[in-house]
Amino acid sequence: MQQTLNTTLLIIGGGPGGYVTAIRAGQLGISTILVEGQSLGGTCLNIGCIPSKALIHVAEQFHQTQHHSQYSALGISVSAPTLDIGKSVEWKDGIVDRLTTGVSALLKKHKVQVIHGWAKVIDGKTVEVGDTRIQCEHLVLATGSTSVNLPMLPIGGPIISSTEALAPKSVPKRLVVVGGGYIGLELGIAYRKLGAEVSVVEAQDRILPAYDAELTHPVHEALKQLDVKLYLKHSVEGFDSQRNSLQVRDPNGDILNLATDQVLVAVGRKPNTQGWNLETLNLDMNGSAIKIDNRCQTSMRNVYAIGDLSGEPMLAHRAMAQGEMVAELISGKHREFNPTAIAAVCFTDPELVVVGKTPDEAKAAGLDCIVSSFPFAANGRAMTLESKSGFVRVVARRDNHLIIGWQAVGVGVSELSTAFGQSLEMGARLEDIAGTIHAHPTLGEAVQEAALRALGHALHL
Amino acid sequence: MGTHVIKMPDIGEGIAEVELSQWHVKVGDMVVEDQVLADVMTDKAMVDIPSPVNGKVIALGGQPGEVMAVGSVLISIEVEGAGNVKESTAPAAVVKEAPVAAPKVEAVVESTPAAAAPRPAAACQGPMVAREADERPLASPAVRKHALDLGIQLRLVRGSGPAGRILHEDLEAYLAQGQSNASTATAVYDQRNDEQQIPVIGMRRKIAQRMQDATQRAAHFSYVEEIDVTAVEELRAHLNEKHGATRGKLTLLPFLVRALVVALRDFPQINARYDDEAQVITRLGAVHVGVATQADIGLMVPVVRHAEARSLWDNAAEISRLATAARTGKASRDELSGSTITLTSLGALGGIVSTPVLNLPEVAIVGVNKIVERPMVIKGQIVIRKMMNLSSSFDHRVVDGMDAAQFIQAVRGLLEQPATLFVE
Repeated sequence: MQQTLNTTLLIIGGGPGGYVTAIRAGQLGISTILVEGQSLGGTCLNIGCIPSKALIHVAEQFHQTQHHSQYSALGISVSAPTLDIGKSVEWKDGIVDRLTTGVSALLKKHKVQVIHGWAKVIDGKTVEVGDTRIQCEHLVLATGSTSVNLPMLPIGGPIISSTEALAPKSVPKRLVVVGGGYIGLELGIAYRKLGAEVSVVEAQDRILPAYDAELTHPVHEALKQLDVKLYLKHSVEGFDSQRNSLQVRDPNGDILNLATDQVLVAVGRKPNTQGWNLETLNLDMNGSAIKIDNRCQTSMRNVYAIGDLSGEPMLAHRAMAQGEMVAELISGKHREFNPTAIAAVCFTDPELVVVGKTPDEAKAAGLDCIVSSFPFAANGRAMTLESKSGFVRVVARRDNHLIIGWQAVGVGVSELSTAFGQSLEMGARLEDIAGTIHAHPTLGEAVQEAALRALGHALHL
Repeated sequence: MGTHVIKMPDIGEGIAEVELSQWHVKVGDMVVEDQVLADVMTDKAMVDIPSPVNGKVIALGGQPGEVMAVGSVLISIEVEGAGNVKESTAPAAVVKEAPVAAPKVEAVVESTPAAAAPRPAAACQGPMVAREADERPLASPAVRKHALDLGIQLRLVRGSGPAGRILHEDLEAYLAQGQSNASTATAVYDQRNDEQQIPVIGMRRKIAQRMQDATQRAAHFSYVEEIDVTAVEELRAHLNEKHGATRGKLTLLPFLVRALVVALRDFPQINARYDDEAQVITRLGAVHVGVATQADIGLMVPVVRHAEARSLWDNAAEISRLATAARTGKASRDELSGSTITLTSLGALGGIVSTPVLNLPEVAIVGVNKIVERPMVIKGQIVIRKMMNLSSSFDHRVVDGMDAAQFIQAVRGLLEQPATLFVE
């Protein structure tokens, strides 16, 4: 009893990449089917970006209140707060629910047919979902990524992945985070603020190894203040479930036992290429990701791959931009994926944002650059937010002052990514930013001051 | 020293094999990047294969005239450094890669603009500039998008903004230069390297599929005969003068429709549909005449139903109504399907001969060429007559040449003696 559906465009995966492709295709009048095995919104809305930001917000509120109950320079006095984590998770689920329902409504509005089930690729124009066979002219692969697991730490019981960490039933007394990247630190800091004793095990010699040391220094300091223990250059050996302890090897080769109630494995993500018969297409690969060109086309005609499946940078906003482009390409428009930069934001405390080239990358590219930073310690708005650490840094070519990169670390700097991205895409020079009046008092003044400082005349330093 | 292997690129829509037409190099030659190595031919076009590398030719993959599979080794070049020989050490992958060879095209496409870079003098004047292949032109997202739409390579556009930023004005200047170069006599003719890809979608794709299907399936043969339309044109002028005001003006088309209707009575095999899958020919009593019409979005064929039951003016009115409906996109699905024979006319652009493509599953299509006054010999005298050719195609699978010729002669007879069009 097999039914066959015919469509112009078929999208596998309803995450940010897939659903945006579908909405844009719907707007362009392309008949579209979207197949999703779990919930619309994918990792981002259900078990990634959004729920983690919700949990981080809860942790921050709780942490602040606790702070005021002990000693408040602001003159606030409250009694020690208590936390009903069940309610917190319920609140978070409410947000996720609102967003996924919203996605569903948008898809419906744009006449996208959503099929719930697991897709199995038959060939480049045919996909099966259960008893249904779908024939398409264009196939967009948007299956995203999954957490990398460690063989010696299989997920289950006290060993959890970010998915479980985002829906806690209780806050563990002790938590060891394996992996000092952005996911491990965002969640590690949140759990610390919620009351757990948190340790972070990282194989490399510093946290957030993807970012430079100057940039991560304020985060490192904050971890010290929060009393998060760091085990750098330590590697994981295994977990002793009898004694509830994680065995790690220190740089000298000695085994250390870290007693803990839970272990969060956050060692990265990998493209989701397994289990849906993708192999049958025999696509060219780029490492573990599908190889694509600047139109997100794979090595097979009319088969596209977008988002995490197509490799780094694995960012929801990249997937969305790719998806929008692919829909327009299919409609016959001229498009290519040619951003100058894609912002990467890390919601630790303090936050990190990196857009464009870092000083090291500029150097590696053989560019003669001016690098200049402006500290939030000299920014009035930062002081009123009780934020003393962090800075904005700009990287610009020495010859024509073209800005090629922005970085910032500090409370609330994620929102500066907008200004940074716009400056890079529009091809701003230092003089352009220095000559733009930035509102007072805002963190954004540090952006203008960084540019002024690069030109040799910062006003507030 | 390494070996760089170049494979036969995937050149066109789903073409699996490409003919190697000519080598421009031989074994032992030193080649430089972008030098043309070979010409290859698809069923559509001759394509140059440029070298992506500098080096020495060590092996050729085929002889001119040889039909080679996409993805097979075309040429091997010895290069400085590692080369890409890893690919060629996995021969098993070559076969599998055949449909997957698309990325190879990039190498070809990317090297085309590089070939354009060393244009003489153009680099240092006017709104044109050549950048290094890996240099990213500075332009805002809106400018990048606009350039893509215009088919302009930003790499060649001089930026007048701060830090050499390319502005919208620079795109306009770049385009304007191309135009002014073309119009001034002293300027060197500008070489153009822009290309535009027009996706074959919607109506165009429908037309493409139908035309391809028709030419692949049917065994077309065309037959051209000249018709003396002096008499029928006189009749038409007379009728228009007498009844034009009240019944509407007549073109030649309703007379042609009438001629087909009458002639087809004796040639039922031509007013037919051939279902080649079921191997059945359906001869139809009704004559539904498709009238090929050029609309903005492409060729459309609205259908005059039951032309056999319509008067001259009735047919004229229906043709006119359907043509307007088709051109304005208002023709219904029913009005665009179900014809049994098709009439195609380009009017004044009719030319002297055409080879119409059948509108399957029909078995005949009658093409109308232009009317011209020509000196003709009648009874030993040279006289000026209005002459018009009919170029018709038939599906030779089911229509024999003799029948087709007799049918067209019958049509000719009817048009040359227009009274017989109306004699029952």
